[in-house]
Amino acid sequence: MIFQPAIIALLLASGIAVAMLAAAAPFALQVIRQWDIASGTERQLLLERRTYLFSTLAAFVMVVQLVALLLFVFNADRMAEMFVGAMCAVGTLNVNPFGFPALLAQMAVFFLAAAWLAVNHVDTRAPDYPLVRVKYALLLILLPALALAFVLQLKYFLGLRADVITSCCGSLFSGDAKGLAAEVAALKPLPAMTLFYVVLAVAAGLTFFHARTRRAGYAAAAASAAAFVATIVGVLSFVSLYLYEHPNHHCPFCILKPEYGHQGYWLYVPLFAATAAGLGTGALQPFRQVASLREIVPAVSARLADLAAFGYLLVALIATYFVLHSNLILIEH
Amino acid sequence: MNAWIEKQRHLIDFTLASLARRKAKNLGLLLVYALLVFVLASVALYTHALRQEAAQVLKQSPEIVLQRMVAGRHDLIPPGYLEKIGRIRGVQSIEGRLWGYYYDPVVKANYTFMAPAAEAVKPGTLVVGPAVARSRGLAPGNTISFRAYSGKLFSFTVVGVLPHASELVSADLVLMGEADFRAFFEYPAGQHTDIALSVANPLEVRTVAAKLASALPDSRPILREEVLRTYASVFDWREGIVLALLSAAIFAFAILAWEKASGLSAEEKREIGILKAIGWETGDVIKMKLWEGGLISLTAFLAGFVAAYLQVFRFGAPLFEPVLKGWAVLYPRFELVPAIDGLQVATLFFFTVFPYMAAVLVPIWRAAITDPDSAMRS
Repeated sequence: MIFQPAIIALLLASGIAVAMLAAAAPFALQVIRQWDIASGTERQLLLERRTYLFSTLAAFVMVVQLVALLLFVFNADRMAEMFVGAMCAVGTLNVNPFGFPALLAQMAVFFLAAAWLAVNHVDTRAPDYPLVRVKYALLLILLPALALAFVLQLKYFLGLRADVITSCCGSLFSGDAKGLAAEVAALKPLPAMTLFYVVLAVAAGLTFFHARTRRAGYAAAAASAAAFVATIVGVLSFVSLYLYEHPNHHCPFCILKPEYGHQGYWLYVPLFAATAAGLGTGALQPFRQVASLREIVPAVSARLADLAAFGYLLVALIATYFVLHSNLILIEH
Repeated sequence: MNAWIEKQRHLIDFTLASLARRKAKNLGLLLVYALLVFVLASVALYTHALRQEAAQVLKQSPEIVLQRMVAGRHDLIPPGYLEKIGRIRGVQSIEGRLWGYYYDPVVKANYTFMAPAAEAVKPGTLVVGPAVARSRGLAPGNTISFRAYSGKLFSFTVVGVLPHASELVSADLVLMGEADFRAFFEYPAGQHTDIALSVANPLEVRTVAAKLASALPDSRPILREEVLRTYASVFDWREGIVLALLSAAIFAFAILAWEKASGLSAEEKREIGILKAIGWETGDVIKMKLWEGGLISLTAFLAGFVAAYLQVFRFGAPLFEPVLKGWAVLYPRFELVPAIDGLQVATLFFFTVFPYMAAVLVPIWRAAITDPDSAMRS
């Protein structure tokens, strides 16, 4: 199965990303140990010049990782027809035990990459690069995460065998099954809806509040994380039902399929963008007090928070549209 | 935000002007780049169209085809099998089919002879597929003779040619009446080639197949979804192999891009030196160079993709057809339905733009860190 074009592209992307970050690692160590912006030595000059290269390199890798998540999900969904019993991405990811871990790792890399890009952005805007050390330390932390995602993907793709009978989303996300996903799916629509709208309202409110007053940054980031979970729970427990117009089909992946007009992307793209922005706000908060960033961090963080607030509002509106537009009635008036 | 956009706009303006100043160098790179995209996109578009076509064709085929096996080989279905299957719940219809292959020494090709159950063809007449009609120069009203495997000569009148729209499945088809078919092949009475079953609910297909296998242990049920899956993986695999072979080209292209980007002319060096002397920062130069790479990538990608689209859907993909389509004497002529797949465009983008950008990063940085005085002095 390794000769699937999209698989080759994904492996190429994460392989090169890991190689690039690994190449940057010795330099990162050197920066952490020897960086001294006040010094005028030749070594410092060389370091400063090289940071341009490695910052660009790392930013490039992170941007590619953001796109790779989309490609990964898209590809998993498309490959469902290759496996007996698979109807959507769930079946493809279930073919071997590395499927879902690979997806989760890619998602984690997505958010980590977004946070790193936010830190990188404020750092390059300050004249004295105050976060260089932090940035490269974070890069060293990100390297194992990226390597893990790459290994999981490699194991997953190498272990894809067409003769394995996999399980369909119906068995994983049904109220009778065991496991976290099933528990969430079994949630009654009314409490799930309440949870979804309340948490999204709080997240949108807090991020908006932060964007205006530049206070409560950590709370806004925490609310963003909560809103991400609440939206996934909401999709599992009621949004998907309305979309499929079926009272028992809870799958969060089938909504990406062409049969349902790719409507899932309308929900997931704003959700992931908003959460990435919200978490980015949180990632910037520790550096509010850095002298040269006093002006920059609040401004950038406010803009990110604005983006997050807008994203969550969009998610809520789109979900509401799905519910109102559906012919299914879950809650009687 | 507006200031940011304004800045990028000026950077793009400057980049375009600077690209235009070195037309020959950039056009060469653009050409090679577009050619690479063109080749890769042709492969991708063509296999996707073939996959679509196969899926379209198989949509109408029966859900299950049952073959009888003797010593591991496909054998005729003896009388009584249809009754033995009896009524399986979920099966809409059971039908014994009659078909076989006939080698025509005149055109050195195999035809598929079939006696359709749905519409009776009158004794002594034939309906032929478009490729058969082409190769033998047949039109309705003509008479044609075939020498049967028994040595006897049979003459038929052609009463119709199947429509071109169905050519992908009917190219080599010859339809005849059941009595003619049995007489021509000396087919034993009451026997069939295989059995077609149609099942309404896709979820029940496997259960029905399992029941068939247990009721008739000497038979082999072939499911439509399995055929579809095989086609999909065959086409994907072919595409993947071609792409893997072409990866050498991608690699070579990345090296070329690296070379082109690092081989700065004296004029370019001076340009960067002047820019830095008048206040550009290293970051700005990197941004400008990234825009340069991005613009070249986008132009090459669009040009290559459009050219590939025209090649595949306008001119029938003369370059890659033999590898991707397969080969036969009576190959159906068919028009591919233009189809663009988002996943494929994204994959293609990863295959071309990603290696290019990865390759030019280091040269861009080298160019950007040049000291103004050394650049201008050299």
